[in-house]
Amino acid sequence: MASIILEYGLYLVILVALGIPLGGYIERVMAGEHTFLSRVCDPVENGITRVLKIDREEEMDWKQYLKSVLAFSVCGLVFLFLLLMTQGFLAGNPQGVKGMRWDLAFNTAVSFVTNTNWQAYSGESQLSDLTQMLGMTVQNFVSAGTGIAVLFALIRGFNKVKEKGLGSFWVDVTRVIVHVLLPLNLVLALALIGGGVVQNLKGGETVDLLEPIAVSADGNVMDNAVIDQNAGTVSVNGKTVAGATIVTQEFVPMGPGASQIAIKQTGTNGGGFMGVNSAHPLENPSSFTNSLEMLSILLIPVALCFSFGRAVKNKKQGIAIFCAMFICLCVALAALAVNEQLGTPELAQNGSVDLSWSAEQCGGNMEGKEARFGIVSSSTWAAFTTAASNGSVNAMHDSLTPLGGMVTMLLMQLGEVIFGGVGCGLYGMLAFAILTVFIAGLMVGRTPEFLGKKIEPYEMKWAVLVCLATPIAILAGSGIAMSIPGVVDSLTNSGAHGFSEILYAYSSCGGNNGSAFAGLAANTPFFNITLGMVMLFARFLPIAGILAISGNLVQKKRIAVTAGTLSTTNGTFVFLLILIVLLIGALSFFPALSLGPLAEFFSQMM
Amino acid sequence: MAYHEKSKRVLADKKMIGRAVKDSFIKLNPRVQFANPVMFLVYVSAILTTGLWVCSWFGIQDASGAYTLAIAVILWFTVIFANFAEAIAEGRGKAQADALRSAKKDVDAHRIPSAEQKDAITVVSSVALKKGDLVIVKAGEIIPGDGDVIDGAASVDESAITGESAPVIRESGGDRSAVTGGTTVLSDWIVVCITSEAGESFMDKMIAMVEGAARKKTPNEIALQIFLVALSIIFILVTLSLYSYSLFSARQAGIANPTSVTTLVALLVCLAPTTIGALLSSIGIAGMSRLNQANVLAMSGRAIEAAGDVDILMLDKTGTITLGNRQADDFIPVDGTDPRELADAAQLSSLADETPEGRSVVVLAKERYGLRGRNLEEKQVSFVPFTAKTRMSGVDYDGIAIRKGAADSVKKYVLDNGGTYSKACEDAVLEVSNKGGTPLVVAKDFKVLGIIYLKDIIKDGVQEKFADLRKMGIKTIMITGDNPVTAAAIAAEAGVDDFLAQSTPEGKLTMIRDFQKKGHLVAMTGDGTNDAPALAQADVAVAMNTGTQAAKEAGNMVDLDSSPTKLIDIVRIGKQLLMTRGSLTTFSIANDVAKYFAIIPALFLGLYPGLSALNIMGLSSPQSAVLSAIIYNALIIVALIPLALKGVAYREVPAGKLLSRNLLIYGLGGLAAPFVFIKLIDMLLTAFGLA
Repeated sequence: MASIILEYGLYLVILVALGIPLGGYIERVMAGEHTFLSRVCDPVENGITRVLKIDREEEMDWKQYLKSVLAFSVCGLVFLFLLLMTQGFLAGNPQGVKGMRWDLAFNTAVSFVTNTNWQAYSGESQLSDLTQMLGMTVQNFVSAGTGIAVLFALIRGFNKVKEKGLGSFWVDVTRVIVHVLLPLNLVLALALIGGGVVQNLKGGETVDLLEPIAVSADGNVMDNAVIDQNAGTVSVNGKTVAGATIVTQEFVPMGPGASQIAIKQTGTNGGGFMGVNSAHPLENPSSFTNSLEMLSILLIPVALCFSFGRAVKNKKQGIAIFCAMFICLCVALAALAVNEQLGTPELAQNGSVDLSWSAEQCGGNMEGKEARFGIVSSSTWAAFTTAASNGSVNAMHDSLTPLGGMVTMLLMQLGEVIFGGVGCGLYGMLAFAILTVFIAGLMVGRTPEFLGKKIEPYEMKWAVLVCLATPIAILAGSGIAMSIPGVVDSLTNSGAHGFSEILYAYSSCGGNNGSAFAGLAANTPFFNITLGMVMLFARFLPIAGILAISGNLVQKKRIAVTAGTLSTTNGTFVFLLILIVLLIGALSFFPALSLGPLAEFFSQMM
Repeated sequence: MAYHEKSKRVLADKKMIGRAVKDSFIKLNPRVQFANPVMFLVYVSAILTTGLWVCSWFGIQDASGAYTLAIAVILWFTVIFANFAEAIAEGRGKAQADALRSAKKDVDAHRIPSAEQKDAITVVSSVALKKGDLVIVKAGEIIPGDGDVIDGAASVDESAITGESAPVIRESGGDRSAVTGGTTVLSDWIVVCITSEAGESFMDKMIAMVEGAARKKTPNEIALQIFLVALSIIFILVTLSLYSYSLFSARQAGIANPTSVTTLVALLVCLAPTTIGALLSSIGIAGMSRLNQANVLAMSGRAIEAAGDVDILMLDKTGTITLGNRQADDFIPVDGTDPRELADAAQLSSLADETPEGRSVVVLAKERYGLRGRNLEEKQVSFVPFTAKTRMSGVDYDGIAIRKGAADSVKKYVLDNGGTYSKACEDAVLEVSNKGGTPLVVAKDFKVLGIIYLKDIIKDGVQEKFADLRKMGIKTIMITGDNPVTAAAIAAEAGVDDFLAQSTPEGKLTMIRDFQKKGHLVAMTGDGTNDAPALAQADVAVAMNTGTQAAKEAGNMVDLDSSPTKLIDIVRIGKQLLMTRGSLTTFSIANDVAKYFAIIPALFLGLYPGLSALNIMGLSSPQSAVLSAIIYNALIIVALIPLALKGVAYREVPAGKLLSRNLLIYGLGGLAAPFVFIKLIDMLLTAFGLA
């Protein structure tokens, strides 16, 4: 048992140990300071700004900054949409895939531009190599870059006094991609290739199966069949089955995987190269690649907390925000781990199935999990990927225990602020911090202030919108979906679990997470469009809100710190911040969760 | 007497409550309700459920008619309770406004063309007076409007506005020239130049303020309202989506939708932050009212909120930090003079000095050396009074000249007349100054005898007060006309954080600006016309009611008592107002947890029997669970009215401690209280067979 706890602990320790120096590096990059990579990256950055005629000294006000973000995203969206529709006619298509239907193309384009990476398609069968490289990989980089750029625009709002400009979006996004994302992912991609992750342009290979399998006339794999390869017959219980075929070869899809999988993990994108994401043996072959990919999920979100502290010249503030997120993550991880390790009464079958942990087996609920990863790596991944708005999976969340599944759902429903997406998780959390100082400020009889800037009605208006965008999107989306009788056809399960499947889909898109509960056939025009709208709403409303807040803060003077100033770096603040995040999440989703995972959990207890 | 007064108060309270009850119903007007979004939601819900009840007569129903009626009635009561909270808070102000109105009668004004033509009186109505008109007011007459005294002096009864029956002196020139319309001249006469027209007078503003008519929402209140509205919107979405969820789940289970619209409306009202929503405006009104009771009149609600944020208090030394007058503390002889001779000379020079300082010299001489007052009538005596030019006073008798005064003046006087001014004397003067005292040098026949040590007496308890303020993060700055050395010594003794010595109006203004530039919020009091620029600059500026019209215009509060320590009370009231809002908001939101645990299991028990595990309160039936939660929701408003009016307890402790304390009481309390009370209500409902 100690070894299990040690493994969980080790993941967390390595994560933080890597995050702290990276945080410092990102801060120096965004401040335009010299770093050990400047010699290599500066020429690239200068080249880009010169070719694109970017004014490096430009100071945008918040509306210009927002317009730039929107213009950038809309262009990416239109380009990706067209690429997905027309990929069948374009080069770089060794698999010969067809263009997507318009609603799926819309959903997919929105999903990648919003850093959600919800996938209602399977990459290996529906995307060409060209689309993977020019469409998906590019959006993985730029959507992550956009999130970090907006975060730093907010930081400038806190830092600058009585000014107007928040910096230039074009400079910020270029800098993040060139100095941070490209070098980091280059190293990671090479490491993954070394670990056996696929990276080629072959389109795929046909290989012999180790053991032939029998397929019945209606296309199903037949268990318990006896195959006589010489005679070419298939028999079940001694009777020959007519029309059955024997399959001896399989087609293994391949492509430029590692280069995309690296940014998929570090950019909190999560859109798998393959349909089953990192559960696929070519996307995530071993425990080595698994550890790399898993730690990459939270690496930048953790690092940004420390970047934030350094940038606002108050390292303690960064640590406080980090602690609030980290405590929530640990609690969520513990809840998930315990539930998965315990399994459920149904799995145990009154003790006839051995769920206990031993040196030989990892025990617990192994349904939907890869045997090569086991409970610990699967639970940790599930917690990391839903805490961060990553959404890649190495196990099927549909098969998690009811409460384990609820933890992943809740992490997304909290607004993806437990580290969350790169940039957006932290700025979302800062909006919650604004709500927290408001409540706390009132309780000690002072007009609230955060980092020396007064919080007034204007900031409050936008902060509540930022914090409530996710709950609004999820509640409205899932509410509408469930009132439509036809959606039941998309479900694999009925009852409370079927309810969870729909709730999870909207939570995933409303949190810009993108992970799937599986079990929901989401590729219908209804789901594609409504989920697409939910993703757009949950991405761009907070961006607008954060930039508006920043644009207002930047004009304010800084209030002096006195003994009457409420500390935003101590334990009380961290506690209160967690409380507010949990309270808003719980108040919004308690009814929904009680009809889904809670109902399922209590039903099996009876 | 005491009993009589008490019964009178009870009677007044009864009258006030009666009026508030009546007002609660008048406030059901949709336009009034619309101003408070959270309560408007309850109002609409009440109308909706009433409509559903009416529908149920015709067989259109998804819940039983009696149940719908019960919910509707409780919702109406919730609205009325909220109205009552506001009405009772307004009541106190209304009563005060009525008293003021009765004082503000139209009176005949005696207008005169100029100050010289006091007999050329034209009688006009006070409402017809224009700015710049001159009126003469004699003993027994009511001053017809606000203005400045330009001629004469009179004692004036200002009890109509201050409640203080002791008359005050109002005279032309200086800082006591402002008079307020509606107050009564008791003796003598004054000529008043009218400065405000009817309808805009101080009294009018005061009536509007205490009545709440001019009450605008403050920024902080708006920010809180935004938060509450956002929460309400989320809860509207929660209930709407819950209907759909429930429909979906029921369809899957093949049963009828267990969720009725009535129950969902009840759930919505329970979840919406109705407790704080209902009490929000009463908290604001009550805060204003507390300020009025402290005899401070805020010109806007903003000012009182700013008071809570103030972190620099600029306090006048005299009257706030020290007792108004310095007292003789010691006689210090120099150049080998006999102490007794010094005391004798000092006493003689002070006998005719009627100032408290002069009297204290006489007292000290008597205490120390048993020197009694002598009858000076018999001898050849002439007193030399203090003038600003000589800065000395004294006495000439029997050909002997005794002078006492400021060191440099006496030095010049002695040297000019051929005397000497020793080094020892200079040292003694410096020493007294360094200790924060005021040295008065005494000379007899151009020979320096020694020094009277006048000491500033620090008020009792100010050190503790300032230490408390410091803990809260409020810095105190002492403003004084003393020289820096004296000021530093007094500052150290009183425990203020900083001081401004030899202050001038410009000096004060610069200091305020500097602090504001560094991000501080500054509060100050002032009375004179030369304080006006600084008052206008300060974030919280309290003008003394005894002060000039200019000072009152520049400030954003007027202290009717003209007490220099009032600033500290104002800060306390400001903080308390914000704290009450914050604490009740926390309480209100924390309540929702228990309400969920009451209603959700009740709603879906039929669908998922396993959810009964969440019914941790063990409520007897789904209907009684919903009813109990919503009854609690209505009653908690009434229960918290006293707290909203009184404000939460306030202590001078650091912000962190205050937060932990309030979080514990109102956060944890808000979490636990409804569990207990909803269960109790459920037991009562069950016991009486109501549900």
